[in-house]
Amino acid sequence: MKVRVYVSLKNGVLDPQGRAIHHAIEGLGFSGVSDVRAGRLIELEVDETVTDAALEEMAQKLLANLVIENYRIERV
Amino acid sequence: MRSAVITFPGSNCDRDMAVAVEQVCGGEVHRVWHGDAALPEGLDFIALPGGFSYGDYLRSGAMAARSPIMRAVIEAANRGVKVLGVCNGFQVLTEAGLLPGVLMRNAGIRFVCREVKLVVENNTSAFTHRYFKGQTITIPVAHHDGNFFADDATLDRLEGEGRVAFRYGEEVNGSARNIAGVLNEGGNVLGMMPHPERFIEAAHGGIDGRALFEGVTRALLSA
Repeated sequence: MKVRVYVSLKNGVLDPQGRAIHHAIEGLGFSGVSDVRAGRLIELEVDETVTDAALEEMAQKLLANLVIENYRIERV
Repeated sequence: MRSAVITFPGSNCDRDMAVAVEQVCGGEVHRVWHGDAALPEGLDFIALPGGFSYGDYLRSGAMAARSPIMRAVIEAANRGVKVLGVCNGFQVLTEAGLLPGVLMRNAGIRFVCREVKLVVENNTSAFTHRYFKGQTITIPVAHHDGNFFADDATLDRLEGEGRVAFRYGEEVNGSARNIAGVLNEGGNVLGMMPHPERFIEAAHGGIDGRALFEGVTRALLSA
């Protein structure tokens, strides 16, 4: 079974990478994009025994840094 | 004095750090591999060096902070052993939860590699008591992820408790309140982005990093 963990920066945390991507999008001539935030998608292949609690713990202990990031877990 | 310098896969300032500790602090300097489960007995001082541990995968310092040796380092830090993290070492200390905040990508996106002015904010810790409060020193930086971030409450607490060790005297990487180095609550753990081990003899172009290592030795002698 596949699990997706989406990690994104919390609101209010400056995202220099997102800003650079935004700048590049504008450089390509696209208009109407008001903001870009870059995050990370981590895919895990897990068996049925891996509990939601274990996935939460993985996200909190390693996959996301809760000082600056939020995460969302999705079983696919 | 017994010291250890930890090497992670991708550390590249570990040898410079070991030389600085050997030359300025003296005593025994042990080189310790990240996969080791235990530290040498009776350590007084542990240094986490700069570099790009695990290629900065996931987040700078994130993987190294979960390596086997870090459990022993955390345990030693909690016992009061002096721990210095420089550059990637600072990132590892924040990821390991020994220091607050996080080091994010430089606000200007670019890697910054140059000498910078630092203002000594705290001169009472084991690491900084050989400097004057308010003294401006010059130390080199070389990093991509040096932008110190913490929420306002944490920053206020750090300032109020005198735990900001060094502040940049110029704009370098977008760090909150220009913070370049912070201490833990007990004052025995220091993390800083600038590299004091690169400025310990005249041939390096400056010697302002020397007093930090002298300070550690003196603090241990007077303890």
